[in-house]
Amino acid sequence: MKHKKAKKYGMVIDLDKCTGCGSCMVACMSENNVPFRKDESNKLLSITWMRVYQLTNGEPFPDTDICYLPRPCMHCEGQHEGHSPCVSVCPAIATDYSTETGVVSQIYTRCFGCRYCMASCPYHARYFNWWDPVWPDGMEKYLSPNVSPRMRGVVEKCSFCFHRYQLAKEKAFMEGRRELQEDEYQTACTQACPAGAITFGDLNNPNHAVYRMVKPDPKHHGRPTHPNAFRLLERLGTNPKVYYLSSREWVRRAGDNYLENEAELKKTVHHG
Amino acid sequence: MKVGRRSFLSFLLGGAAGTALSPLPWKLMDDSSIWTQMWPWTPVPKDGEASYVNSSCTLCPGGCGITVRKIDDRAVKIEGMKGHPVNNGGLCILGLSGLQLLYGPTRVRTPLKRVGKRGQGRWEKISWKDAVSEVAETLGDLREKGQSHTVGFISGSDRGTVPRLFERFLTVYGSPNLIRTPSIIDSYELALHLMQGAQALPGFDFENANFILSFGSGIVDGWGSPVRMFRANSVWRDTGARVIQIEPRLSNTAAKSDKWIPINPGTEAALALGIAHVIIAESLYDYNFIDNYSSGFGDWKRLVIDKYSPDSVATITGIDSTTITALARSFARAPKPLAICGRGQGSTPGSFNECTAVHALNALVGNINKKGGIFAVAEPDYINWPEVEMDATAASGMQKDRLDGAGSKKYPFSRYLLNRLPQAINSGEKYPLKTLFVAGANPLYTMSDSKTVKKAFDKVPFIVSFSSYMDETAQNADLILPNHNYLERYEDIPTPAGMPKPVIGLSRPVVEPQFNTKHTGDFIILLAKALGGTMGSAFAWNGYNECLKETLGYKWRVMVEKGFWSYPDFFVQTHEESFDTASGKFEFAPEETGALKPFKPVNIEGDKTNYPLLLVPYDSIRLASGVVGDPPFVVKSVDDTVLKGTDVFIEINPKTAGEHGLREGQLAMLSTPVGQAKVKVHLFDGIMPGLVALPRGLGHTAYDEYLAGKGINFNELIGPVEDPVSGLDAAWGVRVKLAKA
Repeated sequence: MKHKKAKKYGMVIDLDKCTGCGSCMVACMSENNVPFRKDESNKLLSITWMRVYQLTNGEPFPDTDICYLPRPCMHCEGQHEGHSPCVSVCPAIATDYSTETGVVSQIYTRCFGCRYCMASCPYHARYFNWWDPVWPDGMEKYLSPNVSPRMRGVVEKCSFCFHRYQLAKEKAFMEGRRELQEDEYQTACTQACPAGAITFGDLNNPNHAVYRMVKPDPKHHGRPTHPNAFRLLERLGTNPKVYYLSSREWVRRAGDNYLENEAELKKTVHHG
Repeated sequence: MKVGRRSFLSFLLGGAAGTALSPLPWKLMDDSSIWTQMWPWTPVPKDGEASYVNSSCTLCPGGCGITVRKIDDRAVKIEGMKGHPVNNGGLCILGLSGLQLLYGPTRVRTPLKRVGKRGQGRWEKISWKDAVSEVAETLGDLREKGQSHTVGFISGSDRGTVPRLFERFLTVYGSPNLIRTPSIIDSYELALHLMQGAQALPGFDFENANFILSFGSGIVDGWGSPVRMFRANSVWRDTGARVIQIEPRLSNTAAKSDKWIPINPGTEAALALGIAHVIIAESLYDYNFIDNYSSGFGDWKRLVIDKYSPDSVATITGIDSTTITALARSFARAPKPLAICGRGQGSTPGSFNECTAVHALNALVGNINKKGGIFAVAEPDYINWPEVEMDATAASGMQKDRLDGAGSKKYPFSRYLLNRLPQAINSGEKYPLKTLFVAGANPLYTMSDSKTVKKAFDKVPFIVSFSSYMDETAQNADLILPNHNYLERYEDIPTPAGMPKPVIGLSRPVVEPQFNTKHTGDFIILLAKALGGTMGSAFAWNGYNECLKETLGYKWRVMVEKGFWSYPDFFVQTHEESFDTASGKFEFAPEETGALKPFKPVNIEGDKTNYPLLLVPYDSIRLASGVVGDPPFVVKSVDDTVLKGTDVFIEINPKTAGEHGLREGQLAMLSTPVGQAKVKVHLFDGIMPGLVALPRGLGHTAYDEYLAGKGINFNELIGPVEDPVSGLDAAWGVRVKLAKA
């Protein structure tokens, strides 16, 4: 099977391997010049492009179980390409969908901070800069020139480390190549994960590990066909490009909103 | 001109309409929105040439390889080194935030001498030359008075060239008081020594094991070499190995395991013996190993069969007997079973009998020094320095008893007993400690019963800290001689904890020293030279780097290039040559271990009537509880069910909380025989009723505003409990009272 030329970068996170260690969160923060403040315990205000949530099965001792779920930006494709919840509401075209890579971008200098996108994102993946970033004296030295620090009043979120894509493309161009190898473009969290729980690659390319792991169904907007794979809030029809794997039924079920006593997942609801 | 009401209003309205139609308001709004986003203090990082430097992380004993990305002379990102035998590309949360330590506000920027009272934070900057002569003078005086043995040295490690320089220095100077900070490694070393006659570190072949029986070890919570353990955990997912976690609380490790078996805390040794009972009674053990390579099995067997039937063990541990029997069968029948101990991150040595009981399980299934089993890994002998020449003072100083009682009649086999030091100083029974050096350790934070430790430190007239950061111990020192940060210096990293094969890492300068700091190795050499005599001649090197290069010899070039040295020719000893005990065999119950005495639980502090609940610590990889504290990024990653504002949460079962009338988020007062603390309540179903859990790693009083003053230091609430055999700290918890605050 020949794959389409356009890329659709996506991620598969194996929750059976994820230990909740938080390496992905900090790898992301240090890669992307994410600021920090004295008190970060109000998680609504704490900017974490990648955030690890703890899920519990709600059973009493000793049947209790917990599972960790890392949540980057889902880079939703929407019902038709580019109809992501955030992209479709942005009045400033500060966030856009790249049909070339499938990455949902965020252009800080265009953003004027209306936060409409935050309201529309069902994954809480977007964060607002309520304050100017301040680094303690001397710490500005570790800031990376590849990612611009954000100013007060703009929204920011995970970019799938898009600057790494750009750097890889530039390198490939200099070497006279047009195509990137699978390992040439990897996000910081994928690279850092000590458990090897995160896999990143092109969902349109059957040779890439992400494709083989979840077997996205092109007829249903890339819905995974692997029995252990699921996407968050599948029924909303946002068609995220981040997939999760879990062998535990309760974890897979926690990935969507169910009414109490509701039966098995039936079919994706199609909107618009 | 008369301005009437009508014309005034027209003027106002007209003016407003005119302004509104002009571009002025829009321009102003636009400008202000642009302007507020363009404050000059939003930094624009300078671009430059990108490069990568390979080095090793030394923030914990894990020994991961790192690759640091640089832009010109700035380090901008730390990544795991691909192809490194320990971590192969992955890196832990602390290692990833190392640059915040390098460039952070907690660095000590120059040698400091205390001016005000101790701990007051008033310092005077001094030069390195003055620092050397000040220390040399104090040490010279003590030596002249024949009190060289009153100098103590607390070190985070006793392996590698830098700790060996400390040791060498104390030897020629004349003090036996080098003390290594404690961990589960102490218990394992002692077990390997007494049961196998080996002077070695425990090495675990996790990657090849397929049934892991963990007695509370935080496999994915920072136990051993953390990144290696994360990787092993993923290997087990792929290979279908089974992991059984035994502990009273659903830790991350328990959640990741195939089966979590809650146990009454502190009864792990009894469970291990109960499992042994079933294995022996059902003849599931390795006959070849037991018959040919073990000794003392008969006596031990009698004890185990008499005293530890599944039914009696069920009463002690709270685990029902069918579970114990099934567990024993699956352990013994697994092709490559492996039992490990050391609670949480293994930061306390724990009960020695627990360690020997768990180790005996490995022997029962014959997986000592075998693929997928446990190895006694002897340290590669790469540090070969000329013998030191000791003068009379040094010789008589070295003859003195150690202050901590290690190697004494009472604890003849233990090498270091830091937990006994505060009491030895406070009681003054032996001799006073006149000078204390601290390197690679932060005892005022990490030692239990903080108040007593502080009292002991107050009695030491001269404390010198080599810390790169303003930690609790540095804050209370008289002199801080800041070492280079780990990204600014050369140092060899000996085999990481738990590795089955030796590997030496090299930490090398990624950036130039940022401040007026000095390599501690250089300082020791300078100090020895200043003291002169046999001391000076024992340190002939011109500096630490020369010493390191000379020590590593032909390995140096490879290590600079690759970042590490592995031993491909490292071979595993056969069972015939493995055991260096008197019998030449594995000893099931060496007399010294007291293994033939029936199980007695560790006598933890507090009585049941006044302190009805049990307080246990828990470890998280997101909370650094050792020598360095959490950098800002890591604090940021801590969940709001662990820390909220400056309040730490205790975990408690909803049932127990209900009995105490406590709700989620409520403030409560926690009192133990050692201390008190105000905490918030977090209801957690994954903890055994009757237990309260508090995270380690919080409650710092030093470091920056991102860490200091948040939560409670667990060590303020618990004191050490001496193990009757090893003398090491065996406390796993403390009794506690919980009341609404």
